[in-house]
Amino acid sequence: MKILICISKTPDTTAKIAFRDNNTKFVADGVQWIINPYDEWYALVRAIELKEKDPSTILHLVTVGIADADPIIRKALALGGDEAIRINADSQDSFYIAAQIAEIAKQGAYDLIFTGKETIDYNGSSVGGMLAELLDLPYISLATKFELNNLTATVTRQIEGGEETDEVNLPVVVSCQKGVAEQRIPNMKGIMSARTKPLKTVEPAAIEPLTSVVSFELPPAKAGVKLVSPDNPEELIQLLHEEAKVI
Amino acid sequence: MSVLVFIDHADGQIKKSSLEALCYGAKIAEQLNIAAEGILLGTVSDNLADLGKYGAKKVHQVSNDSLNQLDSQSYTKIIAEAVHASGAKVIIFSNNISGKAIAPRLSARLKAGLVSGAIALPDTANGFNVKKTVFSGKAFANIALNTDVKIISLNPNSYKVSAGSGGAAEVVALNAVVDAPKIKVAGVTKTSGEVPLTEAEIVVSGGRGLKGPENWGMIEELAKLLHAATACSRPVADAHWRPHNEHVGQTGIAIAPNLYIAIGISGAIQHLAGVNRSKVIVVINKDPEAPFFKAADYGIVGDAFEVVPKLIDAVKKLKGVV
Repeated sequence: MKILICISKTPDTTAKIAFRDNNTKFVADGVQWIINPYDEWYALVRAIELKEKDPSTILHLVTVGIADADPIIRKALALGGDEAIRINADSQDSFYIAAQIAEIAKQGAYDLIFTGKETIDYNGSSVGGMLAELLDLPYISLATKFELNNLTATVTRQIEGGEETDEVNLPVVVSCQKGVAEQRIPNMKGIMSARTKPLKTVEPAAIEPLTSVVSFELPPAKAGVKLVSPDNPEELIQLLHEEAKVI
Repeated sequence: MSVLVFIDHADGQIKKSSLEALCYGAKIAEQLNIAAEGILLGTVSDNLADLGKYGAKKVHQVSNDSLNQLDSQSYTKIIAEAVHASGAKVIIFSNNISGKAIAPRLSARLKAGLVSGAIALPDTANGFNVKKTVFSGKAFANIALNTDVKIISLNPNSYKVSAGSGGAAEVVALNAVVDAPKIKVAGVTKTSGEVPLTEAEIVVSGGRGLKGPENWGMIEELAKLLHAATACSRPVADAHWRPHNEHVGQTGIAIAPNLYIAIGISGAIQHLAGVNRSKVIVVINKDPEAPFFKAADYGIVGDAFEVVPKLIDAVKKLKGVV
């Protein structure tokens, strides 16, 4: 069993979001970078659990990024995984990332490809689907549970107002969210061994992105809260009905 | 040339989020002076000609019951063929669960740029730019679609459904080769009778301030009276007080209802990221320093256990339920 886990580097969830150069670039100064939580907590941890069950499983991590992504990949390797591949390019858009990863996936003959359900910075939720299409594989998105039985996966995914359980033969691409696994903290042994695990850098394929960022904006500030006395909550219902007109 | 809108359905009914996508697509078609058309895979009990009211001139349908189950691989193939056949220039999805599975595949297949999570009409004054949420709702980005064929997936609750005076849509049977799905559906569990969180216009949400799962009765009662969905904060889901599919916030589900009522939630930045696109936010918290009040439109500083039962009575009075 060979599993490819797609990893992305994102600003920490508490990072202050600000822009520079006429709102065209994200202010990265002072921002702490983390592994995208969906990639780390769910996709990577579930892959590690599968390897713990079947130690012959090989886990490869892949990311698209320049050298400043290396600490993030080492941190991912400290959680688990056998080796990592960094495609040495600035991530341009979802298609660019998916197409770069597809090149790696084609060479690796993976049985299973995991992604997080989306990154917490771009919120595209697109790389998994694009990758599946480029590889002509089935795709199960927004998985909340993943079980493997030889070469068949049983995957539960979110649907509107419930959950659906699917069965699919490998290979398959799965995007993971809460429920698939539980967050782990890397231990000292993992951190030490991550230092010597192979981290390969490969040059990107010639791929044109399909979209580009023109500018960023911050949401307008709220006008301020209108407080209602706790002794008179009826007034709130009246305001919601007559003023805000939402009930 | 057309704007082609993917019409999604479940249990024989067209989803509200698809009507939003259709109204949005019809408006873009009007801007570009071309026709809006729909494509529906599978069968529904709704009358497809009625989609004319929402701006569809034509609806392409592949009436094959096996397509009532989503298989993004075979769906993508069929939609791509329809795009070629109809010469569609812009393809619209709802950024709902099906849209998230299909739109990226179609983008990769057609090499057509995709903006997922659009929240406004495209700006066509200078290129074709679409505004979407980024940084989990903490900011917006204007994205240029640089390809001839463009794909937009529209965030649910971002565009109003309005029925116009359009006549009946022409329903066209589309002949398509339907591949045997590679994904077999083994079972479906529905959280019966409740309003799906991502489609809800009103959401009532509880946090740690409610002290334990046994106190959710009043949240559910208030939600039911308001025809609202229930949600919760991350600590509540992590403590298994509530199912994880109710967790809204940066690492849970992002929602944008008309009204979000947060009860006993302090409003950490990660929570706000998932809910700050709600049109009206009400916060009930006994801590006047709770950061959530800064993001709220209305608030009550008070004990949820005293305030919420009174709210329930007031809603009952308003709705004429005694």
